[in-house]
Amino acid sequence: MTTRTIEITVGIFVALGVAALFMLAMQVSNISEYRNSDGYTVSAYFTNIGGLKVRAPVTVSGVRVGRVTAIRYDPERYQARVEITIGAAHDYLPTDTQASIFTAGLLGEQYIALEPGGEDEVLAQGGEIHYTQSAFVLEQIIGRIMVNMTTN
Amino acid sequence: MLGGLQKLGHWGLGVLERLGRGHLFLFRVLMSLGTAVTRPRLVIKELYSVGVLSLLIIAVSGLFVGMVLGYQGYITLVNFGAEEALGSVVALSLVRELGPVITALLFAGRAGSALSAEIGLMKTTEQLSGMEMMAVDPVKRVILPRFVAAFISLPLLAAIFSAVAVMGGYFIGVGLLGVDGGSYWSQMQANVDFYEDVMNGIIKSLVFGFVVAWIAVFEGYDTVPTSEGVSRSTTRTVVHSALAVLALDFILTGLMFGDI
Repeated sequence: MTTRTIEITVGIFVALGVAALFMLAMQVSNISEYRNSDGYTVSAYFTNIGGLKVRAPVTVSGVRVGRVTAIRYDPERYQARVEITIGAAHDYLPTDTQASIFTAGLLGEQYIALEPGGEDEVLAQGGEIHYTQSAFVLEQIIGRIMVNMTTN
Repeated sequence: MLGGLQKLGHWGLGVLERLGRGHLFLFRVLMSLGTAVTRPRLVIKELYSVGVLSLLIIAVSGLFVGMVLGYQGYITLVNFGAEEALGSVVALSLVRELGPVITALLFAGRAGSALSAEIGLMKTTEQLSGMEMMAVDPVKRVILPRFVAAFISLPLLAAIFSAVAVMGGYFIGVGLLGVDGGSYWSQMQANVDFYEDVMNGIIKSLVFGFVVAWIAVFEGYDTVPTSEGVSRSTTRTVVHSALAVLALDFILTGLMFGDI
């Protein structure tokens, strides 16, 4: 085996390894989300976020437009403050957009669904979504039904 | 009673001595790292025998491990009607654990043992002392290229293993068992995080590469210069590498994913 063929096969080996890493990054993991992370961040206050997690999807009519970037509790408003980063291409959401927390699938992954309103002004960096609907908590609903049934 | 204690003490001192020699040896190897930059051809030649020749066993094992994961994952998930999650099950178990660990174990058996035997035989036939006589540093000329080649090869092989295995899972899950191909990939992308999972897997394979390379060249260099000594150090390379990889995997997993 000449030095040249050895070097060529080593070159192929390294290229294969790098290609495999590239495939793991692009095809298997979610790095494409990090890549186009430029967008604008808006906040929304929810009374109860249920099981919402950071990096949960944000959708409009089921189409994914962004993701949840931060969740914390606001001790002044006694509500959960959720920060949402929306892709720069989706700059058409009116200021009276409504945000609701829904559950996808049987396994219960929670996401935020946005419903555009009718205002002319659109949401921009640092904006706030005023109309929110909290997560559906099964125990509360059952509790309410029980109360209704007993009062009747 | 005292004889037993003495044996225990002798054994303990022996272990400590070997550990100390191993670290001093590692220090010497790392000190001469510059040779790998000034004479890259030496490393390339070793990359061929350590990396390229291990490619086939890694790729074939990866394919079979991926196909088995596809079967097992499907059989379990279909009970919950969640067979769409097959992609994320296969990819997460591969990228986080199986890829780096199985590759390191196979690599220790395929390349680590060969390195130990080669270096050990060089020492037994006094080639290493011959080099020293000619004022050639055997650590720079023989040990370092092999160490660097093994350290570079393992992460690349682990990445190839994971990629091939994901494809193997795809063949079984989508091709044979009828999981939807789109949801296989989309579930995978939704659940595998680049920094949390893929990067941590790469860090694991880097650590394993370092440890396996170190153990292999040290066992070879430290061999008792007889034919029995070479066979013992070859065995020790495989056994110690496997133990070190599995124990380090536990520690690394605890550090990386434990704080959830």
